Amino acid sequence: MSAVMPVDLPIDEEGQDELKRGARKADKIQLGSTKRKLSSPWATAAALIIAILWTIPTFGLLVSSFRPRELIQTTGWWTVFENWGWTLDNYATALQSGNSQLNMAGAFVNSFAITIPATVIPISIALLAAYAFAWMDFRGKDTLFILVFALQIVPIQMALIPLLQLFSQGEIFGFPVIEAFGSFGYAQVWIAHTIFALPLTIYLLHNFVSEIPREVIEAARVDGAGHGQIFFRLILPLTMPAIASVAIFQFLWVWNDLLVALIFADGNVAPITKLLAEMTGSRGQDWHLLTAGAFIALVVPLVVFLSLQRFFVRGLLAGSTKG
Amino acid sequence: MSDFFRWLSTLNPWLEIIVIVGIFLAVVGLILFFIEIAPRPGRMYTIIRLVACVVGPVLVLFLLQSWIEAMIAAAVLGLLFFFLDKRARDGAGSLFQLVGFLTPAIALLAVGLIVPTIQTTIQAFMNSRGTEFIGFDNFAWIFTQPANVRIIINTIVWVLVAPVVSTIAGLAYAYFIDKSRGERYYKILVFMPMAISFVGASIIWRFMYAVRPAGSNQIGFLNQIIVWFGGQPLNFLAAEPWNTLFLIVVLIWIQTGFAMVILSAAIKGVPTEQLEAAELDGTNAWQKFINVVVPGIRPALIVVLTTISIASLKVFDIVRTMTAGANNTSVLANEMYTQFRSFEAGRSAAFAVILFILVLPIVVYNAVQLKKQREVR
Repeated sequence: MSAVMPVDLPIDEEGQDELKRGARKADKIQLGSTKRKLSSPWATAAALIIAILWTIPTFGLLVSSFRPRELIQTTGWWTVFENWGWTLDNYATALQSGNSQLNMAGAFVNSFAITIPATVIPISIALLAAYAFAWMDFRGKDTLFILVFALQIVPIQMALIPLLQLFSQGEIFGFPVIEAFGSFGYAQVWIAHTIFALPLTIYLLHNFVSEIPREVIEAARVDGAGHGQIFFRLILPLTMPAIASVAIFQFLWVWNDLLVALIFADGNVAPITKLLAEMTGSRGQDWHLLTAGAFIALVVPLVVFLSLQRFFVRGLLAGSTKG
Repeated sequence: MSDFFRWLSTLNPWLEIIVIVGIFLAVVGLILFFIEIAPRPGRMYTIIRLVACVVGPVLVLFLLQSWIEAMIAAAVLGLLFFFLDKRARDGAGSLFQLVGFLTPAIALLAVGLIVPTIQTTIQAFMNSRGTEFIGFDNFAWIFTQPANVRIIINTIVWVLVAPVVSTIAGLAYAYFIDKSRGERYYKILVFMPMAISFVGASIIWRFMYAVRPAGSNQIGFLNQIIVWFGGQPLNFLAAEPWNTLFLIVVLIWIQTGFAMVILSAAIKGVPTEQLEAAELDGTNAWQKFINVVVPGIRPALIVVLTTISIASLKVFDIVRTMTAGANNTSVLANEMYTQFRSFEAGRSAAFAVILFILVLPIVVYNAVQLKKQREVR
C-alpha cells in the first residue's frame, strides 16, 4: 500500500465538469492573475494552525537527524538553540547500518533497482491494453473493462500467498505448471508490482487515451497507418504528459511500498522501506539512526514530488476528469 | 527463466535496470511490429502471422520452462486461433491485433490476481498447511477469539474515523485558503506528507510520540506539550484503548492532503453565479458554505470519502511499523501477514477473505456506476 493514490473511482458527469473547471482555475491562479487576502482573520488563523501542525512532525525529524546522538537521546529538537550542535555522522552511520546481509546504502540502491523497472513495465503493458479498450471494438469490451476496474479495489492480500507459491514452487492449485523462478535478484518483486499495478494504470491510462479526438485517429487510418503505427506515432507522443503523471504515481507507489517488499524481496534485495521497518522493530530507540534513515528514504519521493508537482496534481485528478 | 534471473542477479543493480528495461521494451516493440503488419494482405504476411500464432505461445511456455505437453497444447491452440483470425468478421488479422494488445495485461491479471484470489478463497477453508478441508473452522476461530474480535473492531474504527476526519480537515483547509495569497505554498505544506511512505510517516510519528520517564527531558514533542501543561508523560502507543486512535492520526496526517487537493479543485469548480446569488440573498459565510459549496461539491466529497475508506480498510504499513500489532492495535491486513509469517496459511487466508468481503460492496457499487457511465456514452 502506498500513501498516495489518484482518484480512481468513477464520478458522475457533473462532478467531472466541476473538477475540470476547478483544475483549470487552479492553473490560472498559479499564474498569478487573481490574488486577494484570506476571507477572514479567523480563516487565516485556522489555515496557519493547520499548516503548522502538518509541518511540525517532518520538521522535527529533519532537525533531529542532524543533531549528535547524545543530544537526540536526551533533549528535544525544539531546544536546539540551548543545546547547540550539528553533525552529519548520523547519516554516515545510518548508511552503514542494517542487518547481516544488507546495509542501508545497498537498500537505497535496491529501491531504485526495484522501482524503475516496476514503473516502466506495468505502464507499457497497461498502455497497450488501454489502447485496445479505447480504440478497438470487440464483443464483451465493457464487461472486460469493468472487470479490470473492479480488480484494482480487490485487496492485494488476496493474491500475495498464491503468487508467492507460483514464484517459489511454480505451482498453481498445488499443481506444478512452470519451473520455479527461485529467489534470485529482483525478478519476483518486479513481476508482483507489475501485476498489482495493472488494473489501476489501465483504468487511468484508458481515460487519457480515449480523450484523443476521434478525427485524429481516423485521419491516420485513412493515411494507411495500422494499429501499431497509430499507437507508436500518435498515442505515445500525445499521451506523454498523462503517462508521466501515472508514472510518478507508480514510482512513488513502488518506492514507498512495504507489503509487497516484505513478501517478495528477501535478503539482500530488500528495498529501503523494508530495512527501515525492520530497524524500527529491532532498534526502535536508536533515534540517531532512525531519523537519518527515514530522511534518506524520504528524500527521493520528496524531490520527485516537489519537482513534478504539476503532473502530480493532474495525475491525482486523472480518474475523475475525463471526457 | 530461472537461469536468466540467476545470471541477472549477479550483475550490478544499475546494469540490471538497463538490461531488464531494454529487453522488455524490445519485446513490446516486437509485439507492436507484429500488430502493425498483421492485417496486411499477401502470402508472406499470412505466413508470418501463422508462425507468430504458433511459435509465440510455445516460446513463452518454453521460457517459463513449463511442461512439454503444455507447449504442444499451446501450439495447437495457436493454430486454431490462426484459422479463427483468418475468418474474422473484420478481416484477417483483426483478432490478431486485439490479442496482441490485450494478452500481456490480461494474462498477467489472470495468473497474478484472478486465479490467486480463487486460491486464497479456497485456502480459507483449509487447515494451516492447506492439506485438509475444515469448513468454517478458520472463521469460527476468528470470530470467537477476543483478540481477533478486537482486530475487527479496530479495523471498523479505522474506517469510521480516518475518512471523516481527513475529509473534514481537508475541506476546511481547502476552503480557508481558497483564492488566498500564497495558496500554492499553503497547499504544498499539507500536501507533502503524501509523498512520504507510510513507513517514513510512521517513524516521524513514533518520534512525535516518543516518551521518557517523568522528570527527565522529553524528546517526543507531544509529551513535551503534556509536560508543559503540567501533565504526566504518556506512552501513547501503549495506552489502550486510545492507541488505535493515535495510529489513525498518522493516516489522517497523510490523507488530509489528498482530500484537500481534490476538494480544492471541486470548490473552484462551483459556478461563480451560484455564489454571487447567495451573496445577493444576504447569506453569511457559514450559510454560503453549507448551503451552496457543500451541495455543489457532493460528487467529489463522495469520491474522497470512498477512496480514503478503502485506504483505511487496507491499512498495513502504519500498524506494522508503529506497533506491529502490539497492545491491541492490530488490524485485518496486519494480522493476515502475522498469521502468514507463523505458517498459518488457512487463518491468514481467512483474514484476507474477510477484508475482501468488506471491500466487496464498494467494488460492486463502483462497478455499477462505471457501467452506467459507459452506457451513456
